[in-house]
Amino acid sequence: MSETPGGGERSLKERLDAARKRQGLGLPSKPNRPVDPTEGSALSLGLRVGMELVAAMLVGVAIGWGLDRWLGTRPVFLGVFILIGGAAGVLNVWRIVAPRQ
Amino acid sequence: MAAEHSSIDALGQFELHTTLGALGHSVNFTQANLLMLVCSALILALMYFGMRPSAIVPGRLQAGAELAYKFVHDMCVEQIGEEGRKFFPFVFTLFFFILIGNLLGLLPYSFTYTSHIAVTFALALAVFLLSTGVAIYIHGWHFLSYFVPEGSPKILLPLLFVIEVVSYLSRLISLPVRLFANMMAGHVMMEVFASFMVMMAGAGTVGVVAAFFPQAINVILIGFELLVAALQAYVFALLTCLYLHDAVHLH
Repeated sequence: MSETPGGGERSLKERLDAARKRQGLGLPSKPNRPVDPTEGSALSLGLRVGMELVAAMLVGVAIGWGLDRWLGTRPVFLGVFILIGGAAGVLNVWRIVAPRQ
Repeated sequence: MAAEHSSIDALGQFELHTTLGALGHSVNFTQANLLMLVCSALILALMYFGMRPSAIVPGRLQAGAELAYKFVHDMCVEQIGEEGRKFFPFVFTLFFFILIGNLLGLLPYSFTYTSHIAVTFALALAVFLLSTGVAIYIHGWHFLSYFVPEGSPKILLPLLFVIEVVSYLSRLISLPVRLFANMMAGHVMMEVFASFMVMMAGAGTVGVVAAFFPQAINVILIGFELLVAALQAYVFALLTCLYLHDAVHLH
């Protein structure tokens, strides 16, 4: 009541902004880094790490095998892409366990 | 099914059979298809009958529907950002299709369609194509910079690019396998312990008493499976959100 009209308006606007932000209706903000879905038990983390390693390796083998079949160069690409698949698997694992910046 | 030949047939429960008589047989309509339809009908019924009253003070069903809506909505906005609202229908459908499917599979005489890699792979393929399509639609050729790690030496770029692409493609394997393996492993374990129980009960008085132990384990397993059913649906939806976040924001 004691504030000037302009000051009162601003505080209302601020409060509105705060309320909007609380409800997620404010201006688009930079989303914080999403939470890790597997921050649960060590078992689930271990299973996920194993799965990521195998999945990347499978993709590498599939690409290498396919390229060899297509170009008739067995086993050149298979060997190369097994290594690349392994590296990609380690990259996946690093993405999971890397310390947050 | 293991009782007749006193051997453990843990995988028979995943076989597909046609249902709905001759008509179902002629179009290969299996129990998996039937349960998918039941699942869709349940979700639609929850939304339709839940939201029909649209009371200010919600009843039980409306509260459930609103809770379901808000849960997925918050997950989208939190993980993807403000743009996440656009993907809300997709994530909502995916989450509840998997969740209800997992839960329906725990009912007796039922079938878990999420324990088939074909189903989970198709879902993951949809996620993968959508997130890649969104990334290309928003960023165009700039999308390729997603595969180039910041601050990497020029000479290593081709190698790192290929590794990143393989890592990106490996999502297509790890996402469906996680869901399918969890659902399948749980159902196999329950089947195995149930078979133990039947086999023990067939072995005289001592066996009948001993049969209570596998039964007790199965009671615990059912509770555990309820947790896994909800958790895996949540993880699948959350990872979908993470991938969409990457697609929208690149890094």
